[in-house]
Amino acid sequence: MKNNVKHKEPTEAPARLPILPLDLDVIKGIRINRSAVERRAATLGKRRTVKKEWQAAWLLRAIACIDLTTLAGDDTPGNVTRLCAKARQPVRQDLMDSLGVGDMNLHTGAVCVYHNLIPTAVEALKGTDIPVAAVSTGFPAGQVSMKQKLNEIKESVQAGAREIDIVISRAHVLRGEWEKLYEEVAAFREACGPAHMKAILATGELATLTNVAKASHVCMMAGADFIKTSTGKESVNATLPVSLVMVRAIREFHERTGFKVGFKPAGGIRTAKQSLEWLFLMKEELGNDWLQPELFRFGASSLLGDIERQLEHFVTGRYSASYRHPMS
Amino acid sequence: MKIRKIYDTMEYGPAPESRAAADEWLQARNHEFQLFIDGQWESPKSKKHFESFNPANKEFLARIAEAGKKDVDRAVSAAKKALPGWAALSGHARARYLYALARQVQKHSRLFAVLESLDNGKPIRETRDIDIPLVARHFYHHAGWAQLRDTELPDYKEVGVVGQIIPWNFPLLMLAWKVAPALAMGNTVVLKPAEFTSLTALLFAEICQHVGLPAGVVNIITGAGETGALLTQHKDIDKIAFTGSTEVGRIIRRATAGSGKKLSLELGGKSPFIVFEDSDLDSVVEGVVDAIWFNQGQVCCAGSRLLVQESVAERLYKKIRARMETLRVGNPLDKGIDIGAIVAPVQLKTIEQLVKKGIDQGATLWQPSWACPTEGYFYPPTLFTEVSPAHVIAREEIFGPVLVAMTFRTPAEAVQLANNTRYGLAASIWTENINLALDIAPKVKAGTVWINCTNVFDAASGFGGYRESGFGREGGKEGLYEYVRLKAEDEFQDKPIRPGKSKPKGEENGLPALPPIDRTPKMYIGGKQARPDGGYSTAVYGANGRILGEIGEGNRKDIRNAVEAAHAARSWATTTGHAKAQVLYFIAENLAARAGEFANRIIDLTGCKPEDARKEVDASIERIFYYAALADKYDGAVHHTVFRNVTLAMPEPIGVMAIVCPDESPLLGFISTVIPAIAMGNRVVAVPSASFPLSATDFYQVLDTSDLPGGVLNIVTGEQDDLAQVLANHDDVDGIWYFGGKAGSKMVEHDSAENMKRAWASHGKYRDWMNPAHGAGEVFLRMATQVKNIWVPYGE
Repeated sequence: MKNNVKHKEPTEAPARLPILPLDLDVIKGIRINRSAVERRAATLGKRRTVKKEWQAAWLLRAIACIDLTTLAGDDTPGNVTRLCAKARQPVRQDLMDSLGVGDMNLHTGAVCVYHNLIPTAVEALKGTDIPVAAVSTGFPAGQVSMKQKLNEIKESVQAGAREIDIVISRAHVLRGEWEKLYEEVAAFREACGPAHMKAILATGELATLTNVAKASHVCMMAGADFIKTSTGKESVNATLPVSLVMVRAIREFHERTGFKVGFKPAGGIRTAKQSLEWLFLMKEELGNDWLQPELFRFGASSLLGDIERQLEHFVTGRYSASYRHPMS
Repeated sequence: MKIRKIYDTMEYGPAPESRAAADEWLQARNHEFQLFIDGQWESPKSKKHFESFNPANKEFLARIAEAGKKDVDRAVSAAKKALPGWAALSGHARARYLYALARQVQKHSRLFAVLESLDNGKPIRETRDIDIPLVARHFYHHAGWAQLRDTELPDYKEVGVVGQIIPWNFPLLMLAWKVAPALAMGNTVVLKPAEFTSLTALLFAEICQHVGLPAGVVNIITGAGETGALLTQHKDIDKIAFTGSTEVGRIIRRATAGSGKKLSLELGGKSPFIVFEDSDLDSVVEGVVDAIWFNQGQVCCAGSRLLVQESVAERLYKKIRARMETLRVGNPLDKGIDIGAIVAPVQLKTIEQLVKKGIDQGATLWQPSWACPTEGYFYPPTLFTEVSPAHVIAREEIFGPVLVAMTFRTPAEAVQLANNTRYGLAASIWTENINLALDIAPKVKAGTVWINCTNVFDAASGFGGYRESGFGREGGKEGLYEYVRLKAEDEFQDKPIRPGKSKPKGEENGLPALPPIDRTPKMYIGGKQARPDGGYSTAVYGANGRILGEIGEGNRKDIRNAVEAAHAARSWATTTGHAKAQVLYFIAENLAARAGEFANRIIDLTGCKPEDARKEVDASIERIFYYAALADKYDGAVHHTVFRNVTLAMPEPIGVMAIVCPDESPLLGFISTVIPAIAMGNRVVAVPSASFPLSATDFYQVLDTSDLPGGVLNIVTGEQDDLAQVLANHDDVDGIWYFGGKAGSKMVEHDSAENMKRAWASHGKYRDWMNPAHGAGEVFLRMATQVKNIWVPYGE
């Protein structure tokens, strides 16, 4: 088993981020220059690249960080069970063997579903330590009562979700009501109990990068274990500039409080090449700790398929086709 | 296991760009290159070659011809021969050639990029993503200017044969900056690349052949400093364009003094990178990376002096140190490398020596924990803190990846520190407060100011220096003027143009027989009449030989006082155009009220016909009106550069200008030269005609009644060339105009080299000041200003 250990075992698990007091001075001091952020984001993917074995290894790491997701009106136990099977065995065993990693027990970071599908997913993932994540709090728009939102979280946790992806009220951000946002997210965090909470900012609806940065900080102070870009349902979802701003907020928060908050870009990340750009972003801005599923996830449904094809290309030298890989 | 290990460590691994095509290109040429002259490859008559190496691993790349005197002669005569045909082509025809060159650069972009990286040591990411795309952009942009020259610049024509000497830090890009505007404006070119980095220029020569550029239009001669010196001294060169060190620029300024060659110099810098406490500090860090760790810091406009507001200094230093840790130095052809090799051992040695000096003088050095490769010439990113302006590393251009940091307390102190340098190439200002940004930008002495960005370039914007960073602009419409001259210059005469004299007729002007009251024209300094420091006076004789008065003999101290008075009047530079116009109109009004008196003075001085004197006074009044009209209309441009960026091209006054007025045309010569300079916000020390100084000294009485603030126009009378020499050698004078003979022009140009003041000399060519095409126009305003480009990215 010792070869299977993915990362160095911490001597003792770091304390989980508690709900911290709201510090409005931090929010007031935030300055974001959009053009400069975009310039950095645009060159990140050009300053770094990985080739050959390095690319294969990095793509495997991307898989380990995927929250394999289905969030559709027509989800049924049938397709969710299929998704979970894919989460357990994301890449064909023969390819894994060819890559020399047949014994590494690679699986995705989590499976992410709506509340109703939690029992199916929990059942299908039995015997693994793959967590089930549930979107919650009136996902995706969050336009339901607070009571409903809190109930939804509690029910999902009860149903076996170990991770809860909440949506924030965008109105609080757009109106600059930081105390209200803080109280909302802190209440969500209380309701989550032991389940880890990912706070979805829905950045495509926050209008400015400055708002994204401020909302990131408020959510972290309110105890978010992860901050997440998008629901995947906004017209603009995860982008590199938005991610850069959030990741820098995480760094700042870590320097200020000592707590490490995770990051999850979601929506629109479909290609292996894109996933590498995000991994470069994490490594460059935050370091290797944030290349672990404990601190980094992709919210994605079709990304895995492209990575599988790239891995087969690496093994065979031939361009692959999607039908050669088991569907999710 | 390998993949598993990488999976655990998440290292980047090597990602080399293929060099096969570049190696093939070198092999196909047997690693040996000749001179590109008259459309052919010629072996050097010097029989000499030198060797070029890859600084990343010291490998031999090529033997390259070294052009000697005969070779330079050959190249210049080929360019001279090609000139009439090339200049006679339509703008459209030249546009087609430039367009073809742009296309060729794009089509062979990767070969250019790899070759450049091999030859120079810069990272392939930069050549691929920055240098070569900018080269193509420059040719496209100037294909447009070729098409438009005759409609956009109808009063101008080509300069002639242009000698161009370029540096090794951006070899092909500097070639593009030189060649594209020169060809677009109808000139032919002899270009010498730097001896460390000749290869892409030689590939460019092949492209010129390929597109069928007429023979001799572009000649490329390789060699070192001696070859460059031969080129600058060649009698058939009409213009020299040089980019390189201030030291060499000064040598070229002196060597070409008096030759009549046009000159543009883009020299060194020690550019400030100013960070205010309200800036986006994480973005500032990336700005610092782009400022000083771009191209190994071997960038003339590198933001090498970090000026940080005290309140955020420690936070910023911490962030920068953390970022330095993640920079990657190594094989320039690796696609994941941030910093490549230093171009040559001599440059590496300079960097090491200056860094040692910094440590010795007590600055605190910080370098990342990792080590550089040892097989080539590498130097790690370096940060000095606890630096003060007195340290050598704060003053001298290091031209390497070395950043020196200082703190400031207030915006005013930031400006003082920023300007506490001989240089003035660029500046970067970081703040989220637009009021602050637009307040500081005009106050910093620099040709380019980047707000919340740095090292952004585009062909549509001019680039060039203030102070000892040189003069002239490259890029944009302002850059075109370096490669054209006024058609009217062809009409200038070899002797001063003076109106005919009237017949002497006894007691002139019907003056009464009473003896005139002795009048004592003084100098005019700081808005006050001043006696000459030396206490000597010289008689001024009228055309009839009678003494008209005695003027003070100005000396060094009078000049010193005048320059100080001019500096004290600095608020004139920021007076609104409208207010300046009002003062000028008032001057014209008061001159008109005394027109008769001024006309009589001209008659007495020159003996001209009364109607000619009257005409000169009228023309003077009209000329003042003309520049008053322009005072609020010569207003720059907004350039079309990069996405979401307002690039403001602002004409700014030169500063304190010395104007040695024409000796002919007592009043109009004075007005025509002094007034445009004042209209643009300069403060002027004028040395009026020595033969006819009284029109100028009479004029201060007009000034006294016209609300011109004291010190804006100072008049020092005396021997013109003596005073000109004092002014040319005064380091606090920013520009000098000299309208006189050849010897004086040479002296002025030569002596202005020390502080690189902008010198405009007439070289013994004389204008007809009565003719507006000679004596007025946009050229006077352009020479009285320098363009500052302010880049303002926007978007929330």
